[in-house]
Order: sequence, then structure tokens, then C-alpha cells
Amino acid sequence: MSDIKKTKHSHEPLFHLVKRDDMKWWQAWLVRIAAIVIALLLVGVISMLLTKENFFSIYETMYRGTFGKLESGSTVMLWKFLQKTAILLGLSLAVTPAFKMKFWNCGAEGQALVGGLASMICMIELGDKLPYPVLLLVILVTSVLAGALWGVIPAIFKAQYNTNETLFTLMMNYVATQIIKYYLYVEGGGSNKINPVAYGNLPTIGDNKYALNVIIVLVITVLVYIYLNYSKHGYEISVVGESQNTARYIGINVKKVVIRTMVVSGALCGIVGMLLVSGTNHSIDSNTVGGQGFTAIMVSWLGQFNPFIMVIMSALVIFLNLGSAKVADTCGLNSSFADITVGIVILFVVGCEFFIRYSIKFRHSKKEVKA
Amino acid sequence: MAKQVAIELKNITKTFGKVVANKDVSLTAYRGEILSILGENGSGKTTLMNMISGIYFPDEGQILVDGKEAVIASPKDAFTYKIGMIHQHFKLVDVFTAAENIVLGIEDGKYNLKKSTEKIREICDKFGFDLDPEKKIYTMSVSEKQTVEIVKVLYRGADILILDEPTAVLTPQEIQKLFDVLRRMREAGKAIIIITHKLNEVMALSDRVAVLRKGEYIGSVNTCETSEQELTEMMVGKKISLNIERTEPKDPVDRLIVKDLECVDRTGVKLLSKVSFTLRGGEILGVAGIAGSGQRELLESIAGLQKVSSGEITYINPKTDNVENLRDKTPKQIRDLGVRLSFVPEDRLGMGLVANMDITDNMMLRSYRKGKSFFLERKAPKTLAEKIVHDLEVVTPSVSTPVRQLSGGNIQKVLVGREIAASPKVLMVAYPVRGLDINSSYTIYNLLNQQKAKGVAVIFVGEDLDVLTELCDRIMVIGSGRITGIVDGRTATKEELGILMTKTVDESEGSSNE
Repeated sequence: MSDIKKTKHSHEPLFHLVKRDDMKWWQAWLVRIAAIVIALLLVGVISMLLTKENFFSIYETMYRGTFGKLESGSTVMLWKFLQKTAILLGLSLAVTPAFKMKFWNCGAEGQALVGGLASMICMIELGDKLPYPVLLLVILVTSVLAGALWGVIPAIFKAQYNTNETLFTLMMNYVATQIIKYYLYVEGGGSNKINPVAYGNLPTIGDNKYALNVIIVLVITVLVYIYLNYSKHGYEISVVGESQNTARYIGINVKKVVIRTMVVSGALCGIVGMLLVSGTNHSIDSNTVGGQGFTAIMVSWLGQFNPFIMVIMSALVIFLNLGSAKVADTCGLNSSFADITVGIVILFVVGCEFFIRYSIKFRHSKKEVKA
Repeated sequence: MAKQVAIELKNITKTFGKVVANKDVSLTAYRGEILSILGENGSGKTTLMNMISGIYFPDEGQILVDGKEAVIASPKDAFTYKIGMIHQHFKLVDVFTAAENIVLGIEDGKYNLKKSTEKIREICDKFGFDLDPEKKIYTMSVSEKQTVEIVKVLYRGADILILDEPTAVLTPQEIQKLFDVLRRMREAGKAIIIITHKLNEVMALSDRVAVLRKGEYIGSVNTCETSEQELTEMMVGKKISLNIERTEPKDPVDRLIVKDLECVDRTGVKLLSKVSFTLRGGEILGVAGIAGSGQRELLESIAGLQKVSSGEITYINPKTDNVENLRDKTPKQIRDLGVRLSFVPEDRLGMGLVANMDITDNMMLRSYRKGKSFFLERKAPKTLAEKIVHDLEVVTPSVSTPVRQLSGGNIQKVLVGREIAASPKVLMVAYPVRGLDINSSYTIYNLLNQQKAKGVAVIFVGEDLDVLTELCDRIMVIGSGRITGIVDGRTATKEELGILMTKTVDESEGSSNE
């Protein structure tokens, strides 16, 4: 009976959660934008405490780190930012069809690497043998095929033997990395690296070496959006992702869709690999993709599998990365600082979804608490 | 002798977002009495009881146990007030024995399975339960599992028992057994509350009935002073006729012939064995049986979703009289053969529809392949969606609302509407009125009757024997994957069906009992 007495005074729990489905889309977006703003403010406060710098100068440093001196007409930093965003966005777009199908493709890194490797091999082996346009076409085709191959192997095993695609695609990354290392060993002689190759480089627009990459990724963004939302393939992907039982019930061949979608996903990664090797570095090493294949998983989720939102999200992530690196650099912090700031923002962006779906009701208050 | 109040609810209100589950409900249950809470699906019965058992906390109002105000914030609190609830979906650990499940979670530091087993036996003897405490859950029938759940709450000393739809999964014979036990508990002075929407059970079992409608308390009546008709009116809020019309089949012709059909699961256990029957156009063939006796496998075999190990499934095309073999074909191959087969599966949101897609996109499931274009054509599906929403009076903000946001009845209308729109020659429906209110149920029965009048061959898998005997021309009974009998729907009685339902279960288990 003592239990009952104790609870007698607190008539109801301090607060409880109530599901809500009445939030308008623009209200939801206000919450999301507010979350990002709050997160950025928190980043500023933490940076200030760590570096003893002026609160506003931290934002200035972040801005400088990302965009450089825009006002004096220097667009070098801006284009670097756009390039990095484009690569991250490209990989995010690549994993999205698979994710919509609930196939957790964690192998964008490896798929892009083998795509890049295919470009590299073509550039070295065929560079001086084929006419330029034909060479570019061959590079494109082999990169796409290599990426698709890397993507389809786990898909076939998933379809036939129901293997775990997360582990499988992750392991394929290591295989890709090791193959690159071997290739560097063979091709680079003792130095284990390849000097930039002059053949088979993607054309530049004017003297801007990044503009074409950015344009290609933007075109892919639109195409992926159309593919997912307006094509029969995209519809099948959604059905398989939502419920395999429903897919079987209406006669969708689930195995076929899984394999086909991973071909698409891998092929897009292959294109990004080509953009990195033939379009940017003209060389390759095991760090060419630089972990962006994993960041892409997060961006795809943050963008809620919508290509256009992913544009914003990848720009945000790259901005935080570059900006915090600059802050860390000027204030003598180490590189983990960038991870911390990205972590804070992600936490807020993901966390705000909770307040969009639920409202909190406190004891004896009938008012809803909004985020 | 004055009745002693066990539990009293005062002005209870509970909302979920915009949905008002209970509004200002006041209710009293007495000791030594069986109280039925009657209401349609979605009328707030289960929510109300969940507040008594500590799963939800009321937004407003009071709960009084034995005349004193009680704060029940968790199921544990509920037990301190001697309240026990038996849920519709059992919460048992499969690999544990009955006794282990019963003592699970009691924190008195005195874990002694032997002593507990003795105490369980005492309880069983006292109330007449038929339970072996050392039997593992996964070897038990549904009715045995339910017994474990009831003994579990009694073991914890519950004086107030709440049972949520306890008869939904039982055969008529098992229901009788359950009722006997409940009556004995009433004699022992316990307060028993059962949640149900089956009128005949209310009349047979309870002393008093409390009716809820759309979350509001309508009133309570003594069972001996009321009638099924009156209760229905209280429940629905208007007069409705409870008769399903049944016309004579018009020149029935054989449409689908199933012969010696067999299916096995992964471990080689037979899910269906030697199933043979003929389905005729213009009739409704009912399928009765205990849940999980092979109904799903039967329908899925015909639809091309279940691997068949032997037997034949043949379809006679009404236009050409061609005989098509459907065995080992995928749903797409079946459709490509020109077989007009529609299927309303049991799992509406998990199989028949995609919960997160809107009504239009769900219409497209059947038709999206049409045309050679790479792109989707959403115009025709949208028109169809609007037509179904209009014709079947689907309550929805628009055709671009995700179906998961619709109520159960409206979801089913969307699904049945789509399947009928494909103008089928064979229509298979599994538990089409499960979870639907009376009005929606009758809408569905009418739709099935219309299809029958059009000459469609209808297979109706149902659980309510009253409905099966009123609606179907013939009733096929399935037990443990075998057909135990096909009887005339016009003359069959519930008792006869109940015996057939358990027939093979006895035969097959007879040898392994000892």
C-alpha cells in the first residue's frame, strides 16, 4: 500500500507524448529551419568556449573557410565548395534508389572507387590510342559498368541467398580499396602513386575545372528525382521498399527489382568515380573518395530520400566540414572539431523530426509545447 | 444483497492528437458480475480498458477502486489494485513453459518454480482450467495460450479481470469452455469485464452491458431486460436490419477446380493436404476454420503466391471455355493468361495495399504496367480512385491521402473497390469485415452479393459463423490443412461447423497425445 500513497500526490506523469498529424508542411519546415539555426548557434557557443574567440568571428571564420574572399572576386574557394558538394550529392543520389527499396547500400565508397579505377585504367592504357571523344565514351561506359558490377554482386547474393547487404557492401569497400592499392603498387612502381595523366580528362568549361562536374551532378539530381517519382521502375522500388508482400501480391519480381536497382545505384557511384578521376584528380589513390561514400548515407537520410532536399543537406554538411576545419586550423584545435560540429547539427536536424511528429503535454497544462 | 462496487470510472477523457478515443465516460463494475463493454471497432472500448490496466493514462477524469481514488500509471500499479487484463494479442514467451510465463516478472525474490506450479494447479482446480503448467507455449493451441494468460493474472491475485475480445480466435466449443470458467470466477466474487462486439456472446454470458459509441458512453442495461436489436441500435445509433439477403445462385457453372492440393512449409510440415473442391460462378463459397488452419495458404496457392508441392489448380475461362492450369504460375503469369482473379488478402496494409502511398498510387498497383511507356500514367488510376471514393462512400480528405491515415473500414473499401474494379471472374476475400463497423460490414456483404449476381465465383474466408451461415451458399470447413466437410450454407448450424472445424485436429493429435 505504501506504493499507492507515494503516487497519490503526483496525480499524473510529469509529461506525456501525444502524436500529432495536424502540422502543415510549412510549419514542419519552419521547425526544421529553426533546428538548424539553433544548432548553428550552439556550434558558435561551443566554439567560443573552446577557442575564447569572439562569438561572431567564429561564423566569419567558418564563412571564410568555405567561400574564401568572395567579395574581392575570388571564386576559387567557392568552386571547391561546389565541387565537394557535388561529389557528396552525387553519391547520396546514388544510394537513394537502393535506400528507398530498403536495401542498405553502404558500399558507395567502393562502387565509386572501382568506377574511378576503371577511368584510370582507360586513361593510362587507352589514353594515347583512341581519339578523344571515343576515349571519353569508353571511360564513361567502363566506369558505369565497373560501379554497377560492384553494386550488383551484393544484390545478387541478397536476391538468391538473402545475405545481409549491409555487411556485404561494406566488405566490398575493403576489396575495392585493396585492389586500388595493388594497382598503385603495380602501376606506380616503387612510389605507390600515379602522377596525373594528361589523357582522357573531362573537358573544362572555360578555365573552370569543376563546373562540368557540378553541372553533371545537377542533371543527375533531376534525373533521379524523375526516375524515383514518375517512372514505373521508381514505383516498383517504392512498393518493394514498403512491403515485399505487396510486391509479390501484385506480381512484381522482387529479385529482379533488387538487382536492377543496385545496378542503377552502382552505376551512379561509378559516374561519381569517373568525375573524381577523369574530371578532377586525373589520378587515383585509395583515399580518392575520402569517406564521402559513408557521409552520403547520412545525407540521403537527412534529405528524406528527396533529391532536391539532398542538395541542401550536402551543401550544409560540406559547409560545416570546411568551415569547422578552418576554425580548428586558426585556433589550434584538432580535426575532430569538424566532426563535433557536424554531429551537433545532425542531432538537431534528426531530433526536430520528433517534435514534428509528437507534441509534449505537461501535467495540468492543456497547451501544446512546440519545438 | 447490495452489489459491491469494484471499480468506478468518472468522466474519463482520452485523446490521441485530434482523435478523441474516449469522451467523458463514466462506468461502474460490480463484484460478482460479468460486465460486457459493447461497441463497434473504434468506439474506444480497448482504450478505456487500457486506462484501467495502466497502459494509458487518462487526460481527464478519475478512476476509483473500492471507492478510493486510484492512480494507475503503469501495469504494475494496476496489479497493486488487483486489476489484470488479458489482451487480444497474447504476450507470452514461446520457449518457456506455462508456469515460467506465469511467474515471469514477479519480483518478490522467491523464485521457486515447484511451489509456483503447485499454486498454479490449485488455481486451475478451483476454476476448472484445463492447463498443464509444464507444457511449452509453442506447442499450445490458441485456447491453451489464452488460458495461460488468464491464470497469469489470477496468480497475481487479480480481483478485477478485463478480457479484450477473448472469443475472437476460439471455436464454438472452446468459447463454451471459456464461458464456464468465467461464470465460476463470477461465483467466486470477482469482477469480470469483457470487451466484445459480438451480440450473441453478450446475451449468453453477461449480466450487464455497457455500450460505447464513438468514444462516448451511451448507457448500460441489464442483459435480461434487453434484446440484440436494442443493443445494436445503441451501438450504431440508428435502426438497421441485421439480415443479409441471400439469393439463389443463378445457373452456376464450374469456374475453378482444385484437386488434391498440397503445400508444405520449410520444415516439411504439411500446410495443406489433399484439398479438393470446385468453385462455381454465381455462388459464394464460405471457408470456415480456426485461424491458421491453412486458409491463407489455400488462397495464396490459388493466387500464385504460395509454392504448391502437388495437386492441380485449374481455371475455366468463361469466354472461351479454355482450361488453364494455374499451378506454379506467378501472379503476373496468371494475369497474362487472361485469368480474371481478384484477391482481397487478410493482411490489408501488409499485402493488399501500400500503407504509405496515397489512394491513387494504391489503385495503380493493379494497373501501373499498362502501356509501353517508361513513365507512370496517373490519370486513369486517379479517376478510378475518385470513383471508388464516391461510390463506396470512402471517408477521406482526398485521393492523395496516404491509406494508413484512413480508418479500417475505409481502407477495406479502397481495397475491395480496387479488386472489384478489375471486373473479376473469381473473387477471393479473406476476413473482409475484420475490424469493420456494422455499416461497413454490410457494405462489403452487399458488394459480394452484387458480384455473385454478376456470375462471379466468390470465395469468402470468414471467422464469424453467424455471417457465414447467413451469407454463403456453401461452406467449406478447413481444419489443420484438410477439408473436413463442405456443407450447404442454408441448412448448416454453428454447432455442426464447430465440430467439423476441430475434426482433424482431434484425429491428428490423437496419436501424439500420450
